[in-house]
Amino acid sequence: MRFKTVIGLEIHVQLSTKTKAFCSCPADVFEMPANTAICPVCTGQPGALPVVNAEMVDYAIKLALALNCKVNEYSRFDRKNYFYPDLPKGYQISQYFYPLAVEGYLDIDVDGTTKRVRIRRLHLEEDAGKLMHEGDSITQAKYSLVDMNRCGVPLVEIVTEPDLSSPREARIFTEKLRSILRYLKISSGDMEKGALRCDANISVVDVEKKVSSNRVEVKNMNSFKFIEKALEYEEQRIKEALVRGENVEKETRGWDLSTKTTVSMRGKEEESDYRYFPEPDIPPVVVSRERIERLRFSLPELPDQKKQRFVQDYGLPEYDASVLTADEWIANFFEVCVELTKKPKETSNWIMTEMLREMKEFESEELKIKPEHIAELIRLVDRGEISIKTAKEIFPEMFRTGKMPGRIVEEKGLKQLSDEHTITEIAKKILEQNPHVVDQYRSGKTNVISFFVGQVMKQTRGTANPKIVNEVLRRLLER
Amino acid sequence: MFQKLTIEDCLEVERRNLVKESLSEIGRVDGVLKSFITVLNEEQIEVNEGPFKAIPIAIKDNIVTKNIRTTCASKILENYVPPYDATVVRKLKKAGFAIVGKTNLDEFAMGSSTERSAFFVTRNPWDLSRVPGGSSGGSATAVASGEVVAALGSDTGGSVRQPAAFCGIVGFKPTYGLVSRYGLVAFASSLDQIGPMTKSVRDAAILMQIIHGKDEFDSTTVDVKMDFLSHIEQGIEGFRFAVPVEVYEYEGLDKEVAERFEECIKLVEKLGGKVEKVKIPTLKYAVATYYVIAPAEASSNLARYDGVKYGLRIEKAGLKETYSVTRTTGFGEEVRRRIMLGTFTLSATYYEAYFNKAQKVRRLLANDLNAVFDRFDAILTPTSPIPAFKIGSITDPLAYYLMDVFTTFANLAGVPALSVPFGFAQGLPVGIQVVGKRFEDPKVLRIGRSIEKFSPYNENGRIPLPVVRT
Repeated sequence: MRFKTVIGLEIHVQLSTKTKAFCSCPADVFEMPANTAICPVCTGQPGALPVVNAEMVDYAIKLALALNCKVNEYSRFDRKNYFYPDLPKGYQISQYFYPLAVEGYLDIDVDGTTKRVRIRRLHLEEDAGKLMHEGDSITQAKYSLVDMNRCGVPLVEIVTEPDLSSPREARIFTEKLRSILRYLKISSGDMEKGALRCDANISVVDVEKKVSSNRVEVKNMNSFKFIEKALEYEEQRIKEALVRGENVEKETRGWDLSTKTTVSMRGKEEESDYRYFPEPDIPPVVVSRERIERLRFSLPELPDQKKQRFVQDYGLPEYDASVLTADEWIANFFEVCVELTKKPKETSNWIMTEMLREMKEFESEELKIKPEHIAELIRLVDRGEISIKTAKEIFPEMFRTGKMPGRIVEEKGLKQLSDEHTITEIAKKILEQNPHVVDQYRSGKTNVISFFVGQVMKQTRGTANPKIVNEVLRRLLER
Repeated sequence: MFQKLTIEDCLEVERRNLVKESLSEIGRVDGVLKSFITVLNEEQIEVNEGPFKAIPIAIKDNIVTKNIRTTCASKILENYVPPYDATVVRKLKKAGFAIVGKTNLDEFAMGSSTERSAFFVTRNPWDLSRVPGGSSGGSATAVASGEVVAALGSDTGGSVRQPAAFCGIVGFKPTYGLVSRYGLVAFASSLDQIGPMTKSVRDAAILMQIIHGKDEFDSTTVDVKMDFLSHIEQGIEGFRFAVPVEVYEYEGLDKEVAERFEECIKLVEKLGGKVEKVKIPTLKYAVATYYVIAPAEASSNLARYDGVKYGLRIEKAGLKETYSVTRTTGFGEEVRRRIMLGTFTLSATYYEAYFNKAQKVRRLLANDLNAVFDRFDAILTPTSPIPAFKIGSITDPLAYYLMDVFTTFANLAGVPALSVPFGFAQGLPVGIQVVGKRFEDPKVLRIGRSIEKFSPYNENGRIPLPVVRT
């Protein structure tokens, strides 16, 4: 391999605390009317002062522990100074010199192998507001408006080491992070709503020539798919430049959805000096060992631990366990189902295929399906009362309406026909109507049996037990 | 006579309408003195039930007052009406005090003379050709002249104590963290403290009793409850006092100020105090350290005045130009100088050489002072090396900054410091500074009370006050 790709991520996570980072305004401001969740503190009125939200610190410590970080007993807030209309104080309160946590890692599954991605640091900061430009274009707008609702919403920034070696790994890492955020119940993790934002630094090393490209920062990747797409594009762009022997600019580029390319946002010469210095309005954050241990104790079982348990306790393949534990709701659903069915693998199959396919369109809160549905479905199949095919057919209705599968089967007359006598009568008739096909079979073309199976199924509207149909037909034909 | 009334006097006497008297006194002298940027009319003045009901008080115009314009003596906030009350304002109102107006200051409290107000110069009631000191000059003149009974100022490097000294009243800067800064428009957040400016040390203690204490809106406040009054009369017998030799080494020390200082030391000894000269080596770096840290914090604190949300906006074609023209027009020269200075010392290239080094010196200075306070109850210095100077006479910024030579160290170390009047130099008031250990604020006031009580310069047992003729 001539090229080696090196990627590091900077991820911002909006915390779902009750109130903002430094004032008592609500923190969940998504889709609230503009400038309705604001106060003197978060709009930077003269004389107003920030007060640290303790819940925010707890949430961030939980995340730090889940990411195997060292939580610093002493951390501090600093000011990052720059001018922008969405930043009312003219500085962002962040943690620069002494972050809350450092030196963690997150293991991700890449094609069946485990890869460890190191976390460099994890720190707290506040979000900025939102600008709305007249006519939607910043350069053409006659005026712009500022919505300060988001000002002061708590964020955690996570910076990884450059341990990721492909765009796909970057996506897998971010998805895994979202899964952890949701398990911890500290963030919605919705990329589309901006609750999870990912920037990446990417460079490519030409192994043969032993040279590395400059590092390019890529922004605006607001979905998991776009993380992969944007970085793939960028990786290719850099490789091509290296092949041509061109210099790759050290710059910041943004993913442009309309052209599916990255475009330059700003170059090296436009880098700002943020004049960081300790925030004098906030005393250092001192976190006691007891508080850290209490929070550690309060952590739920996390995806990796749950996955291991699913493999061990239920004998599931690693792949099944990963898929089921990626979402805590699914994992819990699975476990309740298994309680009822005592058949882990079959339960897993139904959930992983039929149920996850149906779930794509719905939020888990609005689902009508209960573990009892899956359990009854498996029981009906096991007892031979319905075929697997029928079970799959009625799944969407059961999922959407919440009707028990037995009732659907009854209403639609889909109960499986397993009575050998009845099937034999039907099969006999079909054989009589198709003597030349019978001859074909008997002269050695035994695969024509599938024609007869199809005919029996057609006559029974698919309810005949395929195993018995096969047995009966074979017996009649070989006579 | 209303002009001479202290808070305690107001409590004792069956009173007429004090608010009316205050307004009428303001009407009589303020055209000349110019203490106030905003004077409320009688209907606008909020009077609540409380132990200090209707006692007229003035608030420095960098402390926000709900629905009352708060300008910081800056064009950039000329029309700013705050949506909330500062914690100290809320507490004073609750105690019954009637806020009658907002006093002049050097723009954003950056200055020592009140000449740097964007609106007008305030005059010293002892000599109208002279400055009242600053930056809380308007509060000092309003109290000294008797326009109000008491006032609040803010002190970042001496801004309560020095104008108190120049105008012959009491000014106290509390321990950092004792009084909430919520609603004090920030100049240098790690140095700013609000403090009382009064006609007696006991009045300062009364105001401290009301305004101090933990505030959930200012996380730098400390959870302590202090009693400022019960020991205030108990004298200073056996107290040990340190006088830094650096005071005598300072070349700019006025001869008569030095004489008053010596007399005061004699008085302290007569009252049973033991006075010793000490060397505090880091003291001579205090001004330099202060003028790195204060502008650095100010450059960040003043970034919010960008014309986007409130205050002055001068609209230009683009964002950058709007910022630049708004701020260049809205801020005065001294404010711009300090913003530039602070922006420079915080820049990545110079952070280590200036800001970080200054932080280290600040820690050393605090350590030095702690060592002094292990052996002494208080440090004594003159508040200012000179008495009030002629308006317009000091134009060199460095000479101007050096006036803070004895005051800034208390802010850098976060310790309490009081200025108490003690006689005159060239017919102008001289202030003696008492600096104490962190959280020994009641002791500092007690020492100040002893000096005040036994001062040979008193009239009828009280601090002499000027009479303003119009």
